[in-house]
Amino acid sequence: MTDVAIVGAGPAGTRAAEVLVRAGLRPVVIDEAPDSGGRIYQRPPRGFTRTDKTLYGFEAAKARALHAAFDALRPHIEFRPETLVWNIRQNILFTSHAGDMGEVPFGHALLCTGATDRIVPLPGWTLPGVTSLGGSQIALKAQGCAIGHRVAFVGTGPLLWLVAYQYARAGATVAAVVDTTAFTTKLRAMPGLLRGGATFAKGFYYVGWLRAHGVPIIEGATPLAILGSEAVDGLRIRTSGSEQQIACDAVALGWGLKPETQLADLAGVPFAFNAAQRAFLPQQDASGATANPSIFLAGDGARIAGADVAELAGARGAWAIVAARGLAVDHGEVTRLDAALARHGAFRSALDAAFPFPARLAATMPDETILCRCESVTAGELRATARAGTTLPAAEVNRAKALSRIGMGRCQGRLCSPPAAEVLAAALACPLESVGRLRGQPPVKPIPIMPRSPGSAP
Amino acid sequence: MTTQADVLIVGGGGAGCSAALHLALRKVRCVLLERGLVGGQASGVNYGGVRQQGRHPAELPIARRAREIWGRLPALIGTNCEFEATGHLKLARNATEEADLVAYMEVAKAHDLPLRMIGRNAIHEAYSWLGPTIVAGSLAPDDGVANPRLLAPALARAARAAGAVIRENSAVAGLAHDGAQFTVQAAGETFRAPALLNVAGYWGGEVAAAFGEPVPVSPLSPNMLVTEPLPYVIEPNLGVVGGNVYLRQIRRGNVIFGGGRGESDPGRPAARPLPHVSLTGMNLALELVPHLAGAQVIRSWTGIDGEMPDHIPVIGPSRTTPGLLHAFGFSGHGFQLAPAIGAILSEILLDGRTDVPLEPFRIDRFGPQDPLHG
Repeated sequence: MTDVAIVGAGPAGTRAAEVLVRAGLRPVVIDEAPDSGGRIYQRPPRGFTRTDKTLYGFEAAKARALHAAFDALRPHIEFRPETLVWNIRQNILFTSHAGDMGEVPFGHALLCTGATDRIVPLPGWTLPGVTSLGGSQIALKAQGCAIGHRVAFVGTGPLLWLVAYQYARAGATVAAVVDTTAFTTKLRAMPGLLRGGATFAKGFYYVGWLRAHGVPIIEGATPLAILGSEAVDGLRIRTSGSEQQIACDAVALGWGLKPETQLADLAGVPFAFNAAQRAFLPQQDASGATANPSIFLAGDGARIAGADVAELAGARGAWAIVAARGLAVDHGEVTRLDAALARHGAFRSALDAAFPFPARLAATMPDETILCRCESVTAGELRATARAGTTLPAAEVNRAKALSRIGMGRCQGRLCSPPAAEVLAAALACPLESVGRLRGQPPVKPIPIMPRSPGSAP
Repeated sequence: MTTQADVLIVGGGGAGCSAALHLALRKVRCVLLERGLVGGQASGVNYGGVRQQGRHPAELPIARRAREIWGRLPALIGTNCEFEATGHLKLARNATEEADLVAYMEVAKAHDLPLRMIGRNAIHEAYSWLGPTIVAGSLAPDDGVANPRLLAPALARAARAAGAVIRENSAVAGLAHDGAQFTVQAAGETFRAPALLNVAGYWGGEVAAAFGEPVPVSPLSPNMLVTEPLPYVIEPNLGVVGGNVYLRQIRRGNVIFGGGRGESDPGRPAARPLPHVSLTGMNLALELVPHLAGAQVIRSWTGIDGEMPDHIPVIGPSRTTPGLLHAFGFSGHGFQLAPAIGAILSEILLDGRTDVPLEPFRIDRFGPQDPLHG
């Protein structure tokens, strides 16, 4: 039996492993990626020669520190890269690695599962050349390539400006940055944002740099459609009553992030609706402990708060596990972590207010928009489930899924469930939380059917 | 508030929704009470097999009747629930299993069920994608598949259109009979009627026990999985002798298969597939159809059904309480029967008779039960 398992080797997982090793434990650390760093500090493949400064910009020092910390831990942990945790039951993690199925029994597990992009589908979003904001950043960071020659960035949030800046610096033409949040909304959140200090200053720097370099910046806009037949050739938007077209050959879309909560769900952690993030989130206390005494949560996989908070929360969650195991806790360190997490909390609330999820844009998407791309379900087909047709109507998302196939494909609703919930709630004229959330079902991500000899485990 | 009806129906699965429809079509005032959403458990999350082949001989008259209704669902409820007569091919993996298939030919003949044996050479010629361990099969051409997620909500919609009251999110909190009328408390309201249908699946055991006739019913959660879409080649619904794996492909390409059992907590209620059972099921599926190697499984699931010790349901009148009719404990194969169950229950209530023999399904066939463990 492994004493402690950590799922995810990003900022939270790395800092957690550090604390556990310090406390004398030898955790198993599991990650889907070939190396540590998570998505934000994703490492390029071996042999790539771009510098940390080019890859991570202002964050280079943090990335270097995190990678160095993980590398130093390697002799003291059991690291399992390229390994998916596809299910969790009682105190066993079920893994898939290169087609081999395995099991990791644990005493305590810290889930640092990270986040994925929050997308609002637009007509044309399934065209080749359309990528999520995070995906477009990974292409640049991990592979050193851009998603197009002339890229439009659409969405809202700090990542929008950061990735547009990184693309421009890397030599791509940024066709436009289209922010669905009006400048006035951001202005109202200014007092809270100022608490962000350096983080906030960086955001200003990116916007200023892009303006100074003549990149078209459009705030408070409504994206209407991505244009093209075989590939992207433009973007149509509306600003204060008038429509305009932007020529581009690629579009990156993203409205902040959503936590990857499936494992917490399968572990039986209760969820509650979070109005600021417009999502059901797993419930945890300030230390990361949950109603399941074996399961702790940290980082963006529990609640979107960014990489700096993830590092703090990972360490904090690890100390909670150390305490739960009856080992010696550094109380001074825990107090320092709690204070730092509390400070960041206020800034996070301001960010949520400054870059709100465009609920209205999602709710009013045209009927013909493909909402679930895995199963090709349109917004109109989902709306139809809210009305009595040949079956009873759907008053919540699980029946809407049963009737329309929304969320039944390869991604199991990881991508489409937030906008689908907005569309359904609007069609039913009810609050978002009353349509509920999709039940988690294993596998968390697809697993292959592979021949196994009868005697092999399991 | 008290609602007076002619018939109260406890349970919104396929059987209950079908009963509501058949009663409402004959102008009977009925109220269906469902704890969650209709089709939320066994009726809605099953494998979707519409199969007569291989059934217990006692069930075949009901299955034959149900198959006739499946064929005219569009006229009855406005949708075919994606029913398609793909045929059901039951496979033998050794000589003992083949003997089992041959023996069933006589049962099928006695019930006019079309069924055809296919030998080793012919089966690999007709179905070139079958694995090499298959030695024979029997094909029931009239059997097929349907979308389980649609049946109960579609029956309920049609029942409501015909005048039935369908109450979802209405858990039954109290049940009583005063000699003439049943009184049921649900969702803060009181419902009264001279007749009560117990079609509550696994929980039908609790309803029966409340009226002094406990039965040995246990929860059953079939473990099922589905792959990503693959090129469509597997037309018939596949089963095996012994039933440890079953598999079908829908026209959009996904392969749905199952085998073994998940776990459940009927008290919450909650059910989930078991990881080891899923992995074993993947191996068994691979033996039937080797080209599934490398296909990705995208989801697994289960629900809760009630299972009787002899694997056939309880159907028929209560032995303790006049006006009470049972139909539960379908033991993992009630989906195909559901459309007929409502018709049969409505005939017993309104005509005092039905043309399907129900003696094998009587509730007192298990003998006296410990009331605490009913």
